Amino acid sequence: MRYHTPSSFEDAARLAAQAQGLTRFLAGGTDVLVQMRAGMVQPDDLIDLKKIPGVGDITRTDEGGWRIGVAVPGAALSAHDALRAEWPGVVEGMDLVGSVQIQGRATLTGNLCNGSPAADSVPGLVAAGATVEITGPEGTRTAPVAEIPAGPGKTSLQAGEVISAILLPPRGAHGGDAYLRFIPRTEMDIAVVGCAVNLRLSGDTVAEAQVALGAVAPVIRLVPEAAEAIIGTTLDEAALQALDAAARAACSPIDDKRGTVAFRTEVAGVLARRAALIAYGRAKGDTA
Amino acid sequence: MSKIHVTTTVNGDPVEFLADPRETLLDCLRDHLGLTGSKEGCGTGDCGACSVTLDDRLVCSCLVLGVEAEGRRVDTIEGMADADGLHPLQRKFIEHAALQCGFCTPGLLVAAKALLVQNPDPTEEEVRYGLAGNLCRCTGYDKIVRAVMDAAAEMRQEAA
Ligand SMILES: Cc1cc2nc3c(=O)[nH]c(=O)nc-3n(C[C@H](O)[C@H](O)[C@H](O)COP(=O)(O)OP(=O)(O)OC[C@H]3O[C@@H](n4cnc5c(N)ncnc54)[C@H](O)[C@@H]3O)c2cc1C
Ligand code: FES
Ligand code: FES
Repeated sequence: MRYHTPSSFEDAARLAAQAQGLTRFLAGGTDVLVQMRAGMVQPDDLIDLKKIPGVGDITRTDEGGWRIGVAVPGAALSAHDALRAEWPGVVEGMDLVGSVQIQGRATLTGNLCNGSPAADSVPGLVAAGATVEITGPEGTRTAPVAEIPAGPGKTSLQAGEVISAILLPPRGAHGGDAYLRFIPRTEMDIAVVGCAVNLRLSGDTVAEAQVALGAVAPVIRLVPEAAEAIIGTTLDEAALQALDAAARAACSPIDDKRGTVAFRTEVAGVLARRAALIAYGRAKGDTA
Repeated sequence: MSKIHVTTTVNGDPVEFLADPRETLLDCLRDHLGLTGSKEGCGTGDCGACSVTLDDRLVCSCLVLGVEAEGRRVDTIEGMADADGLHPLQRKFIEHAALQCGFCTPGLLVAAKALLVQNPDPTEEEVRYGLAGNLCRCTGYDKIVRAVMDAAAEMRQEAA
Protein backbone atom coordinates (compact mmCIF):
# COMPACT_ATOMS: atom_id res chain seq x y z
CA MET A 1 0.00 0.00 0.00
CA ARG A 2 1.27 3.43 -0.96
CA TYR A 3 0.52 6.16 1.56
CA HIS A 4 0.20 9.67 0.12
CA THR A 5 -0.03 13.02 1.87
CA PRO A 6 -0.92 15.55 -0.84
CA SER A 7 -0.86 19.22 0.09
CA SER A 8 -3.77 20.29 -2.14
CA PHE A 9 -7.08 18.82 -3.30
CA GLU A 10 -5.89 19.14 -6.90
CA ASP A 11 -2.97 16.86 -6.07
CA ALA A 12 -5.28 14.48 -4.19
CA ALA A 13 -7.61 14.30 -7.20
CA ARG A 14 -4.67 13.77 -9.56
CA LEU A 15 -3.29 10.95 -7.40
CA ALA A 16 -6.71 9.31 -7.30
CA ALA A 17 -7.23 9.71 -11.05
CA GLN A 18 -3.83 8.17 -11.84
CA ALA A 19 -4.11 5.29 -9.36
CA GLN A 20 -4.42 1.89 -11.02
CA GLY A 21 -5.68 -0.26 -8.18
CA LEU A 22 -7.98 0.21 -5.24
CA THR A 23 -7.89 3.72 -3.80
CA ARG A 24 -9.23 5.15 -0.58
CA PHE A 25 -9.10 8.62 0.91
CA LEU A 26 -8.18 8.84 4.57
CA ALA A 27 -10.06 11.34 6.75
CA GLY A 28 -10.62 10.03 10.29
CA GLY A 29 -10.06 6.44 9.26
CA THR A 30 -12.82 5.06 11.49
CA ASP A 31 -14.38 3.26 8.55
CA VAL A 32 -11.30 2.74 6.35
CA LEU A 33 -9.09 1.23 9.05
CA VAL A 34 -11.87 -1.09 10.23
CA GLN A 35 -12.40 -2.28 6.64
CA MET A 36 -8.65 -2.75 6.13
CA ARG A 37 -8.41 -4.71 9.32
CA ALA A 38 -11.31 -6.95 8.34
CA GLY A 39 -9.64 -7.59 4.99
CA MET A 40 -12.70 -6.16 3.23
CA VAL A 41 -10.69 -3.36 1.66
CA GLN A 42 -6.95 -3.54 0.96
CA PRO A 43 -6.13 -0.23 -0.74
CA ASP A 44 -3.19 -0.02 -3.14
CA ASP A 45 -3.19 3.73 -2.63
CA LEU A 46 -4.29 5.50 0.53
CA ILE A 47 -4.55 9.26 0.16
CA ASP A 48 -4.45 11.05 3.51
CA LEU A 49 -6.25 14.40 3.21
CA LYS A 50 -5.22 15.77 6.59
CA LYS A 51 -2.07 17.55 5.38
CA ILE A 52 -4.08 19.81 3.05
CA PRO A 53 -4.25 23.34 4.50
CA GLY A 54 -7.65 24.31 5.91
CA VAL A 55 -9.15 20.82 6.20
CA GLY A 56 -9.54 21.21 9.96
CA ASP A 57 -11.33 24.57 9.76
CA ILE A 58 -14.95 25.62 10.17
CA THR A 59 -15.46 29.02 8.53
CA ARG A 60 -18.30 31.41 7.64
CA THR A 61 -19.06 31.62 3.94
CA ASP A 62 -19.66 34.95 2.22
CA GLU A 63 -23.37 34.05 1.97
CA GLY A 64 -23.58 33.57 5.74
CA GLY A 65 -23.52 29.78 5.80
CA TRP A 66 -20.69 27.49 6.89
CA ARG A 67 -17.79 25.76 5.20
CA ILE A 68 -16.72 22.65 7.09
CA GLY A 69 -13.33 21.14 6.31
CA VAL A 70 -13.18 17.46 5.40
CA ALA A 71 -10.99 16.55 8.37
CA VAL A 72 -13.02 18.30 11.10
CA PRO A 73 -13.67 15.56 13.67
CA GLY A 74 -17.06 15.20 15.38
CA ALA A 75 -15.59 16.49 18.64
CA ALA A 76 -14.60 19.79 16.98
CA LEU A 77 -18.01 20.14 15.36
CA SER A 78 -19.77 19.73 18.73
CA ALA A 79 -17.38 22.21 20.36
CA HIS A 80 -18.24 24.93 17.82
CA ASP A 81 -20.90 26.97 19.63
CA ALA A 82 -21.98 29.22 16.75
CA LEU A 83 -22.42 26.32 14.34
CA ARG A 84 -24.28 24.27 16.93
CA ALA A 85 -26.59 27.19 17.70
CA GLU A 86 -27.58 27.50 14.03
CA TRP A 87 -27.65 23.83 12.95
CA PRO A 88 -28.20 21.78 16.12
CA GLY A 89 -29.72 18.92 14.12
CA VAL A 90 -26.66 18.56 11.91
CA VAL A 91 -24.33 18.66 14.90
CA GLU A 92 -26.36 16.21 17.01
CA GLY A 93 -26.40 13.71 14.13
CA MET A 94 -22.61 13.68 13.99
CA ASP A 95 -22.36 13.69 17.78
CA LEU A 96 -24.22 10.36 17.90
CA VAL A 97 -21.45 8.66 15.90
CA GLY A 98 -19.48 6.29 18.13
CA SER A 99 -17.70 7.00 21.39
CA VAL A 100 -15.54 9.90 22.57
CA GLN A 101 -12.60 8.09 20.95
CA ILE A 102 -14.41 7.81 17.61
CA GLN A 103 -15.49 11.47 17.89
CA GLY A 104 -11.84 12.42 18.09
CA ARG A 105 -11.40 11.24 14.49
CA ALA A 106 -14.64 10.61 12.60
CA THR A 107 -15.72 13.25 10.06
CA LEU A 108 -18.94 14.28 8.32
CA THR A 109 -17.38 13.69 4.90
CA GLY A 110 -16.21 10.19 5.83
CA ASN A 111 -19.65 9.38 7.21
CA LEU A 112 -21.20 10.53 3.92
CA CYS A 113 -18.68 8.85 1.60
CA ASN A 114 -18.68 5.53 3.43
CA GLY A 115 -22.17 5.23 2.00
CA SER A 116 -23.96 3.54 4.88
CA PRO A 117 -27.77 3.86 4.68
CA ALA A 118 -27.64 4.25 8.47
CA ALA A 119 -25.00 7.02 8.58
CA ASP A 120 -26.12 9.26 11.42
CA SER A 121 -24.89 12.63 10.18
CA VAL A 122 -26.30 12.36 6.68
CA PRO A 123 -30.08 12.85 7.24
CA GLY A 124 -29.36 16.12 9.04
CA LEU A 125 -27.14 17.34 6.18
CA VAL A 126 -29.72 16.32 3.59
CA ALA A 127 -32.58 18.03 5.45
CA ALA A 128 -30.45 21.15 5.89
CA GLY A 129 -29.95 21.37 2.13
CA ALA A 130 -26.18 21.06 2.54
CA THR A 131 -23.97 20.81 -0.53
CA VAL A 132 -20.49 19.42 -1.11
CA GLU A 133 -17.66 21.01 -3.02
CA ILE A 134 -16.02 18.36 -5.18
CA THR A 135 -12.55 18.64 -6.70
CA GLY A 136 -11.89 16.39 -9.66
CA PRO A 137 -9.57 16.06 -12.63
CA GLU A 138 -11.81 18.49 -14.53
CA GLY A 139 -11.96 21.14 -11.82
CA THR A 140 -14.36 21.94 -9.05
CA ARG A 141 -18.13 21.45 -8.89
CA THR A 142 -20.75 21.46 -6.18
CA ALA A 143 -23.56 18.99 -5.62
CA PRO A 144 -26.31 18.55 -3.03
CA VAL A 145 -25.37 16.09 -0.26
CA ALA A 146 -28.61 14.29 -1.16
CA GLU A 147 -27.10 13.30 -4.53
CA ILE A 148 -23.98 11.65 -3.10
CA PRO A 149 -25.35 8.38 -1.63
CA ALA A 150 -25.88 5.80 -4.39
CA GLY A 151 -26.72 2.60 -2.51
CA PRO A 152 -25.09 0.78 0.41
CA GLY A 153 -21.34 1.48 0.32
CA LYS A 154 -21.62 3.49 -2.91
CA THR A 155 -21.45 7.17 -3.83
CA SER A 156 -22.07 9.07 -7.05
CA LEU A 157 -18.51 10.48 -6.99
CA GLN A 158 -16.55 9.72 -10.16
CA ALA A 159 -13.04 8.23 -10.19
CA GLY A 160 -10.57 10.93 -9.24
CA GLU A 161 -13.16 13.07 -7.46
CA VAL A 162 -12.63 14.10 -3.87
CA ILE A 163 -14.90 16.15 -1.62
CA SER A 164 -13.04 19.31 -0.65
CA ALA A 165 -15.61 20.82 1.78
CA ILE A 166 -19.13 20.53 3.14
CA LEU A 167 -21.21 23.68 2.77
CA LEU A 168 -24.18 24.56 4.95
CA PRO A 169 -26.55 27.26 3.70
CA PRO A 170 -27.26 30.38 5.75
CA ARG A 171 -29.58 29.47 8.61
CA GLY A 172 -31.80 32.54 8.25
CA ALA A 173 -34.47 33.59 10.73
CA HIS A 174 -37.11 31.37 12.38
CA GLY A 175 -35.48 28.10 11.35
CA GLY A 176 -34.86 24.95 13.36
CA ASP A 177 -33.62 21.41 12.76
CA ALA A 178 -33.35 18.15 14.67
CA TYR A 179 -32.13 14.57 14.23
CA LEU A 180 -33.27 11.53 16.17
CA ARG A 181 -32.30 7.89 15.79
CA PHE A 182 -33.51 4.69 17.37
CA ILE A 183 -30.97 2.17 18.62
CA PRO A 184 -31.53 -0.78 20.96
CA ARG A 185 -28.96 0.55 23.46
CA THR A 186 -28.22 4.09 24.59
CA GLU A 187 -24.72 4.39 23.03
CA MET A 188 -22.42 2.79 20.47
CA ASP A 189 -24.87 1.20 18.06
CA ILE A 190 -26.03 1.55 14.46
CA ALA A 191 -29.28 3.38 13.72
CA VAL A 192 -32.31 1.13 13.19
CA VAL A 193 -34.12 4.25 12.00
CA GLY A 194 -32.91 7.86 11.74
CA CYS A 195 -34.94 10.94 10.94
CA ALA A 196 -34.02 14.59 10.46
CA VAL A 197 -36.42 17.49 10.13
CA ASN A 198 -35.48 21.03 9.10
CA LEU A 199 -38.14 23.72 8.94
CA ARG A 200 -38.78 27.44 8.83
CA LEU A 201 -41.71 29.20 10.46
CA SER A 202 -43.74 32.18 9.46
CA GLY A 203 -45.41 33.13 12.72
CA ASP A 204 -46.72 29.82 14.07
CA THR A 205 -47.06 28.25 10.65
CA VAL A 206 -44.51 25.96 9.00
CA ALA A 207 -43.51 27.80 5.84
CA GLU A 208 -40.77 25.47 4.60
CA ALA A 209 -39.77 21.96 5.61
CA GLN A 210 -37.43 19.12 4.67
CA VAL A 211 -37.71 15.63 6.15
CA ALA A 212 -34.98 13.03 5.60
CA LEU A 213 -35.06 9.38 6.65
CA GLY A 214 -32.11 7.07 7.30
CA ALA A 215 -31.77 3.29 7.66
CA VAL A 216 -35.17 2.52 6.16
CA ALA A 217 -34.15 2.36 2.48
CA PRO A 218 -30.97 1.59 0.47
CA VAL A 219 -30.10 5.30 0.50
CA ILE A 220 -30.79 8.14 2.88
CA ARG A 221 -33.25 10.42 1.16
CA LEU A 222 -35.60 13.34 1.39
CA VAL A 223 -39.27 12.51 1.76
CA PRO A 224 -41.11 15.40 0.06
CA GLU A 225 -44.53 13.94 0.97
CA ALA A 226 -43.59 14.11 4.64
CA ALA A 227 -42.53 17.74 4.29
CA GLU A 228 -45.77 18.59 2.45
CA ALA A 229 -47.74 17.05 5.31
CA ILE A 230 -46.56 19.77 7.69
CA ILE A 231 -46.07 22.80 5.41
CA GLY A 232 -48.85 25.34 5.99
CA THR A 233 -49.76 23.83 9.37
CA THR A 234 -48.99 24.80 12.96
CA LEU A 235 -47.88 21.20 13.58
CA ASP A 236 -51.18 20.32 15.24
CA GLU A 237 -52.19 16.70 15.82
CA ALA A 238 -53.70 16.35 12.35
CA ALA A 239 -50.45 17.54 10.74
CA LEU A 240 -48.39 15.21 12.90
CA GLN A 241 -50.61 12.28 11.94
CA ALA A 242 -50.19 13.11 8.27
CA LEU A 243 -46.41 13.40 8.76
CA ASP A 244 -46.32 10.07 10.58
CA ALA A 245 -48.25 8.38 7.75
CA ALA A 246 -46.08 9.93 5.02
CA ALA A 247 -42.87 8.88 6.77
CA ARG A 248 -44.15 5.32 7.15
CA ALA A 249 -45.20 5.21 3.50
CA ALA A 250 -41.66 6.18 2.43
CA CYS A 251 -40.04 3.19 4.16
CA SER A 252 -38.69 0.14 2.36
CA PRO A 253 -36.44 -1.17 5.11
CA ILE A 254 -34.50 -4.39 5.54
CA ASP A 255 -35.69 -7.02 7.98
CA ASP A 256 -33.02 -8.16 10.41
CA LYS A 257 -32.38 -9.05 14.03
CA ARG A 258 -32.05 -5.39 14.92
CA GLY A 259 -35.47 -4.42 13.61
CA THR A 260 -38.24 -5.99 11.58
CA VAL A 261 -39.83 -4.21 8.63
CA ALA A 262 -42.97 -3.49 10.68
CA PHE A 263 -40.96 -2.14 13.61
CA ARG A 264 -38.68 0.06 11.51
CA THR A 265 -41.67 1.46 9.64
CA GLU A 266 -43.60 2.32 12.77
CA VAL A 267 -40.56 3.89 14.43
CA ALA A 268 -39.92 6.06 11.34
CA GLY A 269 -43.32 7.67 11.87
CA VAL A 270 -42.74 8.17 15.58
CA LEU A 271 -39.28 9.71 15.10
CA ALA A 272 -40.58 12.02 12.36
CA ARG A 273 -43.22 13.37 14.75
CA ARG A 274 -40.75 13.86 17.58
CA ALA A 275 -38.03 15.41 15.41
CA ALA A 276 -40.57 17.80 13.86
CA LEU A 277 -41.69 18.95 17.32
CA ILE A 278 -38.09 19.54 18.42
CA ALA A 279 -37.27 21.43 15.22
CA TYR A 280 -40.43 23.51 15.67
CA GLY A 281 -39.46 24.36 19.23
CA ARG A 282 -35.96 25.34 18.14
CA ALA A 283 -37.37 27.55 15.38
CA LYS A 284 -39.31 29.27 18.17
CA GLY A 285 -36.13 29.82 20.13
CA ASP A 286 -35.72 26.67 22.24
CA THR A 287 -32.04 26.07 22.82
CA ALA A 288 -32.23 22.46 23.99
CA MET B 1 6.90 -2.90 0.94
CA SER B 2 8.89 0.23 1.65
CA LYS B 3 8.80 1.51 5.19
CA ILE B 4 8.29 5.10 6.19
CA HIS B 5 10.41 6.94 8.70
CA VAL B 6 8.24 8.54 11.38
CA THR B 7 9.35 11.19 13.87
CA THR B 8 6.93 11.94 16.67
CA THR B 9 6.70 12.74 20.38
CA VAL B 10 5.52 10.08 22.80
CA ASN B 11 4.91 11.04 26.44
CA GLY B 12 7.06 14.12 25.92
CA ASP B 13 10.04 12.27 24.45
CA PRO B 14 11.06 12.60 20.81
CA VAL B 15 11.04 9.18 19.15
CA GLU B 16 11.48 7.76 15.68
CA PHE B 17 10.58 4.46 14.10
CA LEU B 18 10.19 2.79 10.72
CA ALA B 19 6.62 1.84 9.90
CA ASP B 20 4.95 -0.15 7.20
CA PRO B 21 2.19 2.30 6.17
CA ARG B 22 -0.47 -0.32 7.00
CA GLU B 23 0.66 -0.63 10.61
CA THR B 24 -1.55 1.02 13.19
CA LEU B 25 -0.26 3.44 15.79
CA LEU B 26 -1.07 0.72 18.34
CA ASP B 27 1.21 -1.74 16.51
CA CYS B 28 3.95 0.87 16.33
CA LEU B 29 3.71 1.75 20.02
CA ARG B 30 3.78 -1.89 21.06
CA ASP B 31 6.12 -3.47 18.51
CA HIS B 32 8.51 -0.67 17.56
CA LEU B 33 8.65 1.38 20.74
CA GLY B 34 8.10 -1.36 23.32
CA LEU B 35 5.22 0.52 24.91
CA THR B 36 2.92 -2.40 25.60
CA GLY B 37 0.60 -0.63 28.04
CA SER B 38 -1.92 0.12 25.32
CA LYS B 39 -3.79 -3.10 24.57
CA GLU B 40 -5.53 -4.52 21.55
CA GLY B 41 -8.95 -5.85 22.49
CA CYS B 42 -10.74 -5.66 19.17
CA GLY B 43 -8.72 -3.68 16.63
CA THR B 44 -11.94 -2.10 15.34
CA GLY B 45 -12.64 0.87 17.60
CA ASP B 46 -15.18 -0.85 19.81
CA CYS B 47 -13.40 -1.62 23.08
CA GLY B 48 -11.15 1.35 23.86
CA ALA B 49 -8.32 -0.80 25.30
CA CYS B 50 -5.94 0.96 22.90
CA SER B 51 -6.96 4.52 23.94
CA VAL B 52 -4.25 7.19 23.68
CA THR B 53 -4.35 10.92 23.09
CA LEU B 54 -3.12 12.41 19.82
CA ASP B 55 -2.45 16.15 20.21
CA ASP B 56 -4.67 15.98 23.34
CA ARG B 57 -7.62 14.33 21.55
CA LEU B 58 -8.69 10.92 22.81
CA VAL B 59 -8.53 8.34 20.01
CA CYS B 60 -8.34 4.59 19.51
CA SER B 61 -4.75 3.94 18.49
CA CYS B 62 -5.95 0.87 16.57
CA LEU B 63 -7.79 3.27 14.22
CA VAL B 64 -4.80 5.54 13.59
CA LEU B 65 -1.96 4.61 11.26
CA GLY B 66 1.53 4.82 12.71
CA VAL B 67 2.56 7.07 9.82
CA GLU B 68 -0.16 9.55 10.82
CA ALA B 69 1.74 10.24 14.06
CA GLU B 70 4.43 12.12 12.10
CA GLY B 71 5.00 15.47 13.77
CA ARG B 72 2.19 14.92 16.31
CA ARG B 73 2.14 14.41 20.06
CA VAL B 74 1.08 11.03 21.43
CA ASP B 75 0.39 10.38 25.10
CA THR B 76 -0.07 6.86 26.43
CA ILE B 77 -0.69 5.14 29.75
CA GLU B 78 3.10 4.89 30.24
CA GLY B 79 3.21 8.66 30.70
CA MET B 80 0.46 8.85 33.30
CA ALA B 81 2.40 8.36 36.54
CA ASP B 82 5.09 10.95 37.18
CA ALA B 83 8.18 11.09 39.38
CA ASP B 84 5.98 11.77 42.43
CA GLY B 85 4.04 8.57 41.95
CA LEU B 86 0.76 7.33 40.57
CA HIS B 87 -1.84 9.64 39.06
CA PRO B 88 -4.91 10.07 41.36
CA LEU B 89 -6.97 8.01 38.90
CA GLN B 90 -4.47 5.16 39.12
CA ARG B 91 -4.52 5.27 42.93
CA LYS B 92 -8.32 5.37 43.05
CA PHE B 93 -8.61 2.43 40.65
CA ILE B 94 -6.52 0.39 43.08
CA GLU B 95 -8.38 1.67 46.15
CA HIS B 96 -11.81 0.91 44.69
CA ALA B 97 -10.70 -2.41 43.16
CA ALA B 98 -11.81 -1.06 39.79
CA LEU B 99 -10.00 -3.80 37.91
CA GLN B 100 -9.85 -7.55 37.82
CA CYS B 101 -7.91 -8.93 34.85
CA GLY B 102 -6.67 -5.42 34.07
CA PHE B 103 -6.83 -5.66 30.30
CA CYS B 104 -9.19 -2.69 29.93
CA THR B 105 -7.48 -0.63 32.63
CA PRO B 106 -4.84 1.30 30.65
CA GLY B 107 -7.45 2.40 28.13
CA LEU B 108 -9.96 3.31 30.82
CA LEU B 109 -7.39 5.36 32.71
CA VAL B 110 -6.35 7.27 29.60
CA ALA B 111 -10.00 7.86 28.67
CA ALA B 112 -10.94 8.89 32.22
CA LYS B 113 -8.06 11.34 32.36
CA ALA B 114 -9.19 12.91 29.08
CA LEU B 115 -12.76 13.07 30.41
CA LEU B 116 -11.69 14.92 33.57
CA VAL B 117 -9.68 17.44 31.56
CA GLN B 118 -12.88 18.29 29.65
CA ASN B 119 -15.15 18.07 32.65
CA PRO B 120 -13.54 18.17 36.11
CA ASP B 121 -16.88 17.68 37.91
CA PRO B 122 -18.87 15.08 35.96
CA THR B 123 -22.12 13.50 37.11
CA GLU B 124 -22.29 9.72 37.29
CA GLU B 125 -24.27 9.75 34.04
CA GLU B 126 -21.62 11.87 32.35
CA VAL B 127 -18.92 9.44 33.47
CA ARG B 128 -20.90 6.49 32.12
CA TYR B 129 -21.52 8.16 28.75
CA GLY B 130 -17.98 9.52 28.62
CA LEU B 131 -16.52 6.04 29.10
CA ALA B 132 -19.01 4.24 26.84
CA GLY B 133 -16.20 3.62 24.35
CA ASN B 134 -14.31 1.48 26.86
CA LEU B 135 -15.49 -2.07 27.44
CA CYS B 136 -14.73 -4.09 30.57
CA ARG B 137 -15.65 -7.74 30.68
CA CYS B 138 -14.87 -8.21 34.39
CA THR B 139 -15.92 -5.47 36.75
CA GLY B 140 -19.46 -4.56 35.74
CA TYR B 141 -18.29 -0.92 35.56
CA ASP B 142 -19.68 0.21 38.91
CA LYS B 143 -16.33 0.29 40.69
CA ILE B 144 -14.74 2.01 37.72
CA VAL B 145 -17.35 4.76 37.80
CA ARG B 146 -16.91 5.20 41.56
CA ALA B 147 -13.12 5.34 41.23
CA VAL B 148 -13.37 8.02 38.54
CA MET B 149 -15.84 10.10 40.58
CA ASP B 150 -13.64 9.83 43.67
CA ALA B 151 -10.48 10.74 41.76
CA ALA B 152 -12.30 13.71 40.23
CA ALA B 153 -13.30 14.93 43.70
CA GLU B 154 -9.73 14.62 44.95
CA MET B 155 -8.33 16.38 41.90
CA ARG B 156 -10.80 19.25 42.35
CA GLN B 157 -9.66 19.66 45.95
CA GLU B 158 -6.02 19.67 44.91
CA ALA B 159 -6.75 22.29 42.30
CA ALA B 160 -8.68 24.48 44.76
C1 LIG C 1 -16.76 1.92 17.14
C2 LIG C 1 -17.42 2.63 16.00
C3 LIG C 1 -18.68 3.18 16.16
C4 LIG C 1 -19.31 3.85 15.12
N1 LIG C 1 -20.55 4.36 15.34
C5 LIG C 1 -21.21 4.98 14.32
C6 LIG C 1 -22.52 5.52 14.53
O1 LIG C 1 -23.07 5.47 15.62
N2 LIG C 1 -23.14 6.11 13.46
C7 LIG C 1 -22.55 6.21 12.24
O2 LIG C 1 -23.15 6.78 11.34
N3 LIG C 1 -21.30 5.71 12.03
C8 LIG C 1 -20.63 5.10 13.02
N4 LIG C 1 -19.35 4.59 12.81
C9 LIG C 1 -18.76 4.68 11.48
C10 LIG C 1 -17.75 5.83 11.26
O3 LIG C 1 -17.20 6.26 12.47
C11 LIG C 1 -18.41 7.03 10.56
O4 LIG C 1 -18.95 6.62 9.32
C12 LIG C 1 -17.41 8.17 10.36
O5 LIG C 1 -18.11 9.38 10.22
C13 LIG C 1 -16.47 7.99 9.17
O6 LIG C 1 -15.65 9.14 9.05
P1 LIG C 1 -14.06 9.02 8.91
O7 LIG C 1 -13.55 10.41 8.78
O8 LIG C 1 -13.49 8.19 9.96
O9 LIG C 1 -13.97 8.28 7.50
P2 LIG C 1 -12.79 7.45 6.81
O10 LIG C 1 -12.74 6.09 7.39
O11 LIG C 1 -11.53 8.24 6.78
O12 LIG C 1 -13.38 7.38 5.32
C14 LIG C 1 -14.62 6.72 5.05
C15 LIG C 1 -14.86 6.65 3.53
O13 LIG C 1 -15.03 7.95 3.00
C16 LIG C 1 -14.11 8.19 1.93
N5 LIG C 1 -13.70 9.58 2.04
C17 LIG C 1 -13.22 10.19 3.17
N6 LIG C 1 -13.01 11.50 2.92
C18 LIG C 1 -13.37 11.71 1.62
C19 LIG C 1 -13.38 12.88 0.79
N7 LIG C 1 -12.98 14.06 1.25
N8 LIG C 1 -13.82 12.74 -0.50
C20 LIG C 1 -14.24 11.53 -0.96
N9 LIG C 1 -14.25 10.41 -0.21
C21 LIG C 1 -13.82 10.49 1.06
C22 LIG C 1 -12.98 7.19 2.14
O14 LIG C 1 -12.36 6.86 0.90
C23 LIG C 1 -13.72 6.02 2.76
O15 LIG C 1 -14.28 5.22 1.75
C24 LIG C 1 -18.68 3.95 13.86
C25 LIG C 1 -17.39 3.42 13.69
C26 LIG C 1 -16.75 2.77 14.74
C27 LIG C 1 -15.39 2.20 14.54
S1 FES D 1 -8.31 -2.33 20.24
FE1 FES D 1 -8.74 -0.33 19.64
S2 FES D 1 -10.77 -0.09 20.26
FE2 FES D 1 -10.44 -2.18 20.68
S1 FES E 1 -10.82 -5.74 34.36
FE1 FES E 1 -10.92 -7.33 32.92
S2 FES E 1 -11.70 -6.33 31.19
FE2 FES E 1 -11.84 -4.82 32.67
